[in-house]
Amino acid sequence: MKIKATEIVDTYAEAFKMYGSRVIITAATKEWAMAAAQSITGFATSVIGCKCEAGIEAEIAAEDSPDLRPGVSVLIFAMDAESLGKRLMERIGQCVMTCPTTACYNGLSEGTPVIVGGQLRYFGDGHQISKVIGGNKFWRIPVMDGEFLIDDIFNVQESVGGGNILILGKDQKSALKAASAATKAMRLLPDVILPFPNGVVRSGSKVGSKYKSLIASTNHAYCPTLRGKVKNSELDEGINSVLEIVIDGLSLKAVEEAMRVGTQAAAKPGIKKISAGNYGGNLGQYHIQLHQLLASKDWSGEI
Amino acid sequence: MALKLRLHTQPDVPLEADCISPDRLQSLSDSDISALTLFHGNRQVRLGDFFDCSGKFDGEVIVEGDLGNIKHIGSAMSLGKLTIEGDVGVHTGASMRGGEIIIEGNANDWLAPEMLGGRVIVKGNAGHMVGSGYRGSTVGMQGGEIIVHGNVKNETGHVIRRGLIVVGGNSGDFTGVNMLAGTIIVLGEMGIRTGAGMKRGSIICQHKADMLPTFSRSCVYQPAFLRHYFKYLKSIGFSISDSLLTEPFERWCGDSVELNRGEILLYTGK
Repeated sequence: MKIKATEIVDTYAEAFKMYGSRVIITAATKEWAMAAAQSITGFATSVIGCKCEAGIEAEIAAEDSPDLRPGVSVLIFAMDAESLGKRLMERIGQCVMTCPTTACYNGLSEGTPVIVGGQLRYFGDGHQISKVIGGNKFWRIPVMDGEFLIDDIFNVQESVGGGNILILGKDQKSALKAASAATKAMRLLPDVILPFPNGVVRSGSKVGSKYKSLIASTNHAYCPTLRGKVKNSELDEGINSVLEIVIDGLSLKAVEEAMRVGTQAAAKPGIKKISAGNYGGNLGQYHIQLHQLLASKDWSGEI
Repeated sequence: MALKLRLHTQPDVPLEADCISPDRLQSLSDSDISALTLFHGNRQVRLGDFFDCSGKFDGEVIVEGDLGNIKHIGSAMSLGKLTIEGDVGVHTGASMRGGEIIIEGNANDWLAPEMLGGRVIVKGNAGHMVGSGYRGSTVGMQGGEIIVHGNVKNETGHVIRRGLIVVGGNSGDFTGVNMLAGTIIVLGEMGIRTGAGMKRGSIICQHKADMLPTFSRSCVYQPAFLRHYFKYLKSIGFSISDSLLTEPFERWCGDSVELNRGEILLYTGK
């Protein structure tokens, strides 16, 4: 299968069951809401080292936000509901509550409830106040610029993490350009985030390592510098740079759609192949076949 | 089609009609409904002596006529909708647990005392003791919502512990007296001695008010939680000025003769 001159490898992305939550942050201005959103999604690229994966989903116009102020929606993912609850408490407590003028709301109407505001309220040292408005319970925690308002409960739901595409370019410039085009297109979609820096990761990993203490190590099969050294390189002659885009989403459908849109956008001049990362199919619950994705909707390429 | 009750004979003395509620009427035939007993003063009478019955219960009961002398309508109701097309007497919705009462006219005193849940909407005015506890009772309203589009008289939300009371017009004296918790919003002006003896809870007013000396002014700020209330009030038909969302409120803490954990928030934009 090809899109223009780019070959789409007949393979699949191996994605995992995760738990996800949507956090809505509002503030007096869009800038302050974004400051809190950037802070809460910091150091959250991979569960391997960061305990969770997070990213900014979208900006929210004031008229559409829960308290009629400018907002940002953030998605946070972890491997189970309990640890996600802990991450929410830590990150909202340290990154949102600390940010001037912010308020923080649960953005999922369904799912498993975890207590977040109900735990953070203790920061109020007994001066916190609860309010039930329209069936939702909030906590008002006094802070130095007024009050921090937060939902008592946040919902978490089964989600999908680790959807991905690999962009195999003739050089770094082409790969970067294609990756940027892909992330730009994918960011327009709801229910997904791209947790790595600017949505792109260069240090893709494989499971395990020659060093026993490491659970993951560099994906040597896709390292161009190792093509002449390792036996199982996946890179052909002329492929000199590989970039990966990892997608986490609130549903399999959302992840698939992001992969489809990203693949189409990344098929640019200088991109020899687009592939996907997997672990032989033994780890992830979801196998997202690239060819099936692209055949499932109208697209501009050829089979 | 809703079940309709129409008052055909005006009672000489108050009629105690706690049987007029969706809970009691939902499974009865017209003849059973007419045979329900109620008290006319100290005499036991049949509901059919005062009301005509028509239609079939589909979740809603509509009561027509001047009901100003009818007491306890909707008492302890837990489900359905009760629409009163006119004025209604005292103790309407007393101890109600769920469902919705809509009063197209005015409500007399003791509207929804000791209410536990559900919603009461009054399109006109209401009397004294809205959502209050009965005399001698330590707890008043414990949940639900009372929405009065017009004015209310004294002691609104007396010993309220939970829930929301909204007054679109003015409230009388002693608004939120001895309140334990919960929220009272007054979009008009409040009388004197607001929040006297309050332990916790919030009284929010769109106008300035005379404060008791046992309340202390804390600050002027913009509470984010109020935006949720105003957004909600807008959604149920109140006219909420955009300036309420942008202008700050003055926060008073009290009552210091009690726990000093209550608050009165007064809009500073006027």
